[in-house]
Amino acid sequence: MDTDFIIGHYNYWLVILLMMTGLYTVVSRGNYIKKIVGLNVFQTSVFMMYISMGKVSGGTAPILETGITLYSNPLPHVLILTAIVVGVATTAVGLSIVVRIHQAYGTIEEDEVNDADHRMEFGKEDLP
Amino acid sequence: MTEESILGTVVVDIILFGLLAITAVEIARLRSLFGVVALSGVFSLLSAGLFVTLDAVDVAFTEAAVGAGVSTVLMLGALSLTTQRERIPSHTALLPFFVVVVTGSVLIYGTLDVPAFGDPKAPVHTHVAPEYIEGSAEVIDVPNVVTSVLASYRGFDTLGETVVIFTAGVAVIAMLGSGLRRRKNGQQK
Repeated sequence: MDTDFIIGHYNYWLVILLMMTGLYTVVSRGNYIKKIVGLNVFQTSVFMMYISMGKVSGGTAPILETGITLYSNPLPHVLILTAIVVGVATTAVGLSIVVRIHQAYGTIEEDEVNDADHRMEFGKEDLP
Repeated sequence: MTEESILGTVVVDIILFGLLAITAVEIARLRSLFGVVALSGVFSLLSAGLFVTLDAVDVAFTEAAVGAGVSTVLMLGALSLTTQRERIPSHTALLPFFVVVVTGSVLIYGTLDVPAFGDPKAPVHTHVAPEYIEGSAEVIDVPNVVTSVLASYRGFDTLGETVVIFTAGVAVIAMLGSGLRRRKNGQQK
């Protein structure tokens, strides 16, 4: 593994580090709003991964201008532009589900929601 | 591009990644949900900065407006309808940590085959992209290539995206509209 290889790939590794921090927030925390924030962190990191792949060293932003010959790849930009907007739409749906859960259970903690479900199904005595 | 400006880009990159990592770790650690939501706005804004350094200016301003603006407002709205504190979870975080480390290692193993960052000869830059860049000037006559691909070449995809957003809006109204009305009726009784 030489220096050129590390300079050519460190960007991806840092993005994966951020991605995994987001995934950790999603799987280890019980609060639903925090899970959604973690999911957003994960999602933004995936965007960074795509945009990193579109970068051409020495290129500029893909806006045509006389005298410039090298542009970064515009296609990942278009994909991610769509993904950002769809991501906000899914976040809105997720948050509205959380609000409905709060109305129905009075809590937004996963453990308490599971306990309430268990109580509803088997009665109070069977709780572990 | 000169050697010096490449070094400058790397330094800016690493500083932005450092700030992003601190923000992400604090999001995982903090118990106050208000703080978590504020930090998620910070995370989006920093990532918009990173997108500018990666030449994706259109993505950067969409992320700054939609990611840092609209999502933060939505989350603050959800907080005002629910609760502000996170309870301390009863189970340990060891298993999630293990899962995350394994997933991360597999992903890093996957990047070893990926073409180097910024490599102009990577397959992704040599096949379709040049045609779009040339066609944008000749066929569409719009200087911003991202705009011409989004609104003209892939216009139907963008229409599909609008349908997705409409569906999400309908879903939110279907879930919250009736619930809020029911609560209001309950209070009146």
